[in-house]
This record gives sequence, C-alpha cells and structure tokens, in this order.
Amino acid sequence: MHHTTVALIELGAIFFGLGVLGRVAWKIGISPIPFYLLGGLAFGSGGLIPLEGIDEFTTLASEIGVILLLLLLGLEYSAAELVTGMRRSWVAGLLDIVLNAAPGAVVAIMLGWGPVGALAMAGVTYISSSGIIAKVLGDLGRLGNRETPVILSILVFEDLAMAIYLPILTAVLAGATLLGGLTAIGISLVVVTLVLVLALRFGRYVSALVDSPDPEVFLLRVLGAALLVAGVAQQLQVSAAVGAFLLGIAISGSTAENATRMLEPLRDLFAAMFFVVFGLNTDPATIPPVLGAAVLLAVVTTATKFATGWWAAKRQGIARMGRARTGAALVARGEFSIVIAGLAVGANAVDPQLAALSTAYVLVMAIFGPLAARLVEPAMRLASTRLRRTATA
Amino acid sequence: MVGSGPGRPHLGKKRGIRVVYAHVVNVEVTPLPGIGTRQDFVSRTGRRIGVITYRDGKFELIISKKDDPDACTASIPLSPDEAGALAGLLGAPQLVAELSEANSGLSGVHTKQLPLVPGSPYDGRTLGDTQLRTRTAVSVVAVVRAGTVHPSPRPDFVFGGGDLLITVGTKDGLAKAADVLDRG
Repeated sequence: MHHTTVALIELGAIFFGLGVLGRVAWKIGISPIPFYLLGGLAFGSGGLIPLEGIDEFTTLASEIGVILLLLLLGLEYSAAELVTGMRRSWVAGLLDIVLNAAPGAVVAIMLGWGPVGALAMAGVTYISSSGIIAKVLGDLGRLGNRETPVILSILVFEDLAMAIYLPILTAVLAGATLLGGLTAIGISLVVVTLVLVLALRFGRYVSALVDSPDPEVFLLRVLGAALLVAGVAQQLQVSAAVGAFLLGIAISGSTAENATRMLEPLRDLFAAMFFVVFGLNTDPATIPPVLGAAVLLAVVTTATKFATGWWAAKRQGIARMGRARTGAALVARGEFSIVIAGLAVGANAVDPQLAALSTAYVLVMAIFGPLAARLVEPAMRLASTRLRRTATA
Repeated sequence: MVGSGPGRPHLGKKRGIRVVYAHVVNVEVTPLPGIGTRQDFVSRTGRRIGVITYRDGKFELIISKKDDPDACTASIPLSPDEAGALAGLLGAPQLVAELSEANSGLSGVHTKQLPLVPGSPYDGRTLGDTQLRTRTAVSVVAVVRAGTVHPSPRPDFVFGGGDLLITVGTKDGLAKAADVLDRG
C-alpha cells in the first residue's frame, strides 16, 4: 500500500476509535481523557499495535493540541475576572497551592527525581481540570448553587498560578541555575502583569487584531495568531504553551467568546491527539512499578483538594453539604496535569517514569473526580444519618 | 458577593408590624467566571429564586432546594420567548398593582386582570367585537401576551387564546365583563 494510504487508514482508525471511546465516556458520566490515554497506551511503543509512518503528523498535532488547550484556558476568563478572582480568593488559592502541590513534590523527591522532577510533579497534582469540573457542574445542574462561585474562583486562581508556574517550569527544565530560575520567576511575573494590564486597558486593540465578522477569516486569524505567538515564544525559550496561554488572556470580550466557540471543536480534536500521543510515548510496562505511588497520590490529593474546597466554602458562609460539594467538585485532575507532564518529559530533564506516574495518576483522578462530585451528596447524607444513629444509640 | 446594599429582605424581622411594601426585593448579582452571571433573591419564604445568564445569552431559571438553600432543586433552561412569557405571567400582577395604585384615588373604580381562555368566543376576534365598553362600561387598558404588554389596545386589536386583559371598571361591570369574555 502507498504510504499516504496507510497513514490515512491509521489516522481514521484512531479518530474513529476515540469517537467511540468518547461516546462511552460521556454516557457513563466521566471525562473521555482517561480513555484517550488508554487508547494511546494500547498502541505505539510497547502497546498491542505499533503505529508507523504517522509520527510526524501526530507529533505536530499533539503540539497544536497543547497550544489550543492553553489558548482556550486563557480565553476562558476575561482579564477583569482574573483580577477580581485573585483579589477575592487569594487566601484559598494559596492554601490550594500549599496543600495540593506538596504531595506531588514529596513523592517525586521520595522517588529520587530531584528538584526538577518535584517541581513538575507539584504542578501535576496541583492543577484541577477546569474542563472536567465545568462540564460536571453543568451536568449536575449545580451552576445556580451558592458554592459554585467559590469553585470557579479557585479555578480562576489556578489559571493565574499556571501563568506564573509554566514559564518557571520551562526555564528550570531548560537547565536554568538557581539564579536563572529566579530571573525566570521575575520575568514571568513581569510578563503576566504586562499581559493583564494590556488586556485590561488595550484588550480591544489585541482583539481587533484578530477579530473579523467573517467566521472563516476569524478562525484563520485566531489560529494563525496563536501558532505564531506560540512559535515565537518557543524560540525565546518560554514554551509554546505559555505564549498561547498569554495570548488567550490578552484577547477579551466578545472576541474571546467567539474565539472560544469557534476553536472548541478544533481543540477537542487536537487535544484528543495530544492525549493519545502522550499515551503512545508512554510504555505500558513502566506503569505497574509506579502504580502504588499513583494510588497513594490519588488518595492524598483527593483529601487535600476536598479540604481546600471545604475550607474555601466555609469562609463564604456555605453550609456543610455545600462545603462537601465544593471539595468534591475540585478533585478532578486532567488535561493540564498531562500538559505539565508532557512539557517535563519532552524536555528530557526528568526521569521518564514521571510520564508513567502522571498517566496513572490522571487516569485515576479523571475517572474518580466526576464520580466524587456525583457521590458526595449521598455519601454525606449517609454519614450524617450514621452519626445521628450512633448519637441516639 | 455583590449587591448586598440597603433593602435586603428582612426575614423574620418587623414581626407584628404590617407594612404593606416592607418587602423590598434585593437582587444579588454574582459573576460566574467563564460561564456568565447569576442573579437571584431570597423570597419571603426563604427560597432562593433567580436566573443564570450564560455568556452566549441562554437563560436558566433556578430555584433553591427547601432543605439546602445553597443547592438548586431545579435549573430550567428557557428560550428568550419562554423567558418573556414567564416574565409576562409574573409581571401582570405588578401591572395591576400599579394601575390599582393609580386608580385608588377614585372611589368605586377597580382594576382586574381577566384571562381570555383559548376557545373563548372572542379568541381570534377583535376588541371592538366584544363591545365591552358599551355592554359593561369596562375599559381594557392593556393586554399581556407572551410576556409583552400591549398598552391601550385599539378596537381592531385581535385577541388570542391565553391573552391577559387588564381591565378597569366598577365591581359589577368587571363581573359582567368576565362573563362576556367567557360566554360571549
């Protein structure tokens, strides 16, 4: 068979297979991300069926997937929302960082992955999946709940934290010294502040640069701008993902909403490819040795996220059931944990087992997160009746 | 949270004092980053009622749970037409109240809302056809249809089933008018 023919058949089979898996996932009420990862694990290196001849395309597609994931994360909240979110929830946000980054860092150190591995794993266990959480809140009809703004403001804070964390991680992965690392922190803080000011004051102009009433022109402009900025950022050693993310923050208002609507299907397509490629590059044989660590991390970080949410909701005067819902909703980790692990593994600066641990961890958390959000109410009710019964007995 | 200014509903306060317009409704506006805004208020009975407006313009009606005011017992997606219809249904008493207020200086004049049920003899006919003014001395000052108020309808205004007629007249006249609209 001709080379292109094989490539088309392989790609077609992958996409179709992912479509089937995604349908199954939403049907049983969980995120399709773990399915995509499993799909990737099943093929490729060490998997059941090796795929050949489409590496070039899949690698590029997964790069674009990361760029689009981060661009849409940046588009999700307006600069004004980011600033008010930070003002209102910085205490809860800091608690979130301390409680949820620490377990990842500690496990990485225990596994002997050094400070760089610890920094990467800290990010993997810290960042909640805003994609999964928003979908679950919508599905469960909880958007009108009083605790929902608390959940969203923590996600907004995490979003900002990513803007500072990603450039630092990139600099450290590139082999920066302590001084270099500090410079990276300084530069990223300045850049993020500049982008926020730019978006708040001159967001119209950035938006006008890509905006167009014609959907086709608009799509091409936004996508073109994202890839350009990402490429330039990569060239400047700031990582493509960060560039796209900052561009997303700078685009605001109705332009951002239109861009989100238009790019969502593209993001879903390329992001699926990104998860598959991440799974493809992870040898399934490396997972069993880190499974114990993954489960331990899952248990600990479920508890720490739950505690973060509980505390944040309590501060806003939410009752016990609402606090429990807040905590459980935040448990899900997903796309951004994999993005961070992908950056780390791609730079060849960390132990390759980090990919296996992150995969196993996200597999557990992306499945368990939505389940936790669903089951928390019956669980709380059961617990309170038990308590009452023991109290009366 | 935003908007907790003066005029917050005083639940359980001012007991024993009957103040007719004491319950000032305070609508709380809460931004939902990445989603839209939530606007709600707490009713006198302690239920939270409100609307979520999504960034893309969709609406959702929300009503809080009885035993857990933080949670919602229902969140119902509404199209703009449906939202308008609901607003009209709920807004009519307010309109009547305002008219009654305006007419309260005149003794013997009452304001009433009369529904024109589907299948009424005047469903699909004009206001002129009813000869309401001549037969009952009642005036139709406004018609509420699907959430929209049509003020001062002219004699050629065509009624439809489900219209709500805001009428002004004497007590007897209004009773007669209700009969006319029902039976022709």
